[in-house]
Amino acid sequence: MITVKELTKRYARTTAVDHISFQVDKGHIVGFLGPNGAGKTTTMRMLTCFLPPTAGTATVAGIDVLDKPLEVKKHIGYLPETPPIYPEMSTAEYLNFVGKLKGLSGAELAKRVDYVCERCAVADVKHKLLGKLSKGYRQRVGLAQAVIHNPDVLILDEPTAGLDPKQINETRDLIKSLAGDHTIILSTHILPEVEQTCEQVIIINQGKLVATDSVRNLQARARGAESVLLEVAGRSGSLEPSSVQEKLQRVAGVSRVSLTQQVDSRAVFEVESQKGSLVRGDLARAVVESGWDLNELRPTSMSLEEIFLQLTGREEPVEEAVAGVQA
Amino acid sequence: MRNTFIICRKELRSYFVSPIAYILLIMFGVIFGFFFWNALGYFVMAGMEMQMRGQAYPMNLNEQIIRPLLSNVAVVGLFFIPMITMRLFAEEKRSGTIELLATSPVRDVEVIIGKWLASLILYACLLLFTAVNFAFLFRYGNPDWKPLLVGYLGLLLQAGALLAIGTFISTLTKNQIIAGAVTFGICILLWVVGWVDYETSNWARVVSYFSVVTHFESFGRGVIALKDGVFYAAVIFFGLFLTARSMESLRWRS
Repeated sequence: MITVKELTKRYARTTAVDHISFQVDKGHIVGFLGPNGAGKTTTMRMLTCFLPPTAGTATVAGIDVLDKPLEVKKHIGYLPETPPIYPEMSTAEYLNFVGKLKGLSGAELAKRVDYVCERCAVADVKHKLLGKLSKGYRQRVGLAQAVIHNPDVLILDEPTAGLDPKQINETRDLIKSLAGDHTIILSTHILPEVEQTCEQVIIINQGKLVATDSVRNLQARARGAESVLLEVAGRSGSLEPSSVQEKLQRVAGVSRVSLTQQVDSRAVFEVESQKGSLVRGDLARAVVESGWDLNELRPTSMSLEEIFLQLTGREEPVEEAVAGVQA
Repeated sequence: MRNTFIICRKELRSYFVSPIAYILLIMFGVIFGFFFWNALGYFVMAGMEMQMRGQAYPMNLNEQIIRPLLSNVAVVGLFFIPMITMRLFAEEKRSGTIELLATSPVRDVEVIIGKWLASLILYACLLLFTAVNFAFLFRYGNPDWKPLLVGYLGLLLQAGALLAIGTFISTLTKNQIIAGAVTFGICILLWVVGWVDYETSNWARVVSYFSVVTHFESFGRGVIALKDGVFYAAVIFFGLFLTARSMESLRWRS
């Protein structure tokens, strides 16, 4: 449904999107994931023909965005980060206006307005001014606006940003229910959202594509890389965590060791190992041979969150955890 | 064409559901009402003086009331035009609704002409107020209606030109106040450049040629002058052309 090849957007000094390629099949929900400023919005704007790409091609429903933008726009429903509403219009007036802009008219328009009002749960505020609606309602009116012309593709830019947890859940359910009829791309920086709603993830960071895979594969990949939690205690009542860390680091196959907790002579470490290498036995031996006690050793699986952080490398969870202990 | 109409209707709606349209109408009505009352009072007094002196001085409603009043409207309009155009695009840019327009299957030109047309219609509504006043002249006097119609045509053309410039300026900023202030400055400038016509040097003639108010003079007299009509049409075209360029550049820059 959507094919993006080597898509690039350069501004005077910065490159917002750098040679991104991906593909989305019909009827799928795809999560566009990345930290703030990663280029999610820019990519979406290029897909919706709001911004022209500097290089590369993007086709939506088989139509190139540069060749026939007017045709592409007919196939796309777009919800920008802030819902594009006119505060002085009522919900019904607004949906009528957008419907007409998208080429609907007469009985068909009236039918679609009624339908999307029902579908997006805004029928009860049909005659209220948009300026007076709560944020959750505005977001839903924004969604209603995006689906009014029954587009093949829905592009939603952070559809749950700034909503309260209840509204977030409602919006997610709504998006999920729309997936059958439309191909959906939604951007977010919230991971659970992707895990809950999407089938495929595209992770970008600083304009570059970091990973694109199905959610299931990514989670499997997460389990592939083993992460072990182990508690070490000093025998003589004192323990130098840094020397333990050094020792563990030297075990073959270990990629990262971090101290997560220390109480008196006991310390808890989190050890990440490379994919496919089983290090638990070696770790135990290393601890015992050095004369420390091994209180606990248990494998933990990596969450999508950790993979994301690993891939995008923005925040260091290690430092955060240590800082948390010290505080 | 259909899209232009949709955009135009939406703009008119937002003028008339917000206080903007009514405030402009009331202010304009009061100001013009004062001009009219003043001109009429002067006319009546002059007429009575003539009678008392026993002189038969030719009194003419068209020459002594309608023409000067239309010239006044041409100048007063300069102060109202920035208030009409300042929100056209600046507001959409600020609230982000411009993204809706830009990602809908409509051409930029359709959006621009729709908005400009709506602003022109609002201006025409202001002119309707003057028509109410002039109606009294037709009820109690016998002025010629043709020069008045030509005058209205001239006013609409002049406003069209300035509104096109204002529309363009509104695309340059997110801030309505800035859009309004710059448009206001340009309107005033395009009026006062006509004052250098006492100079006969070539540059002075070129500068004064750009005065939107001088080009109105022939229309005010009831004469459709082709060269003045062409001037206004050229400014309208140029203003809307710049608007289209500016909309396009928004896409490259934003």
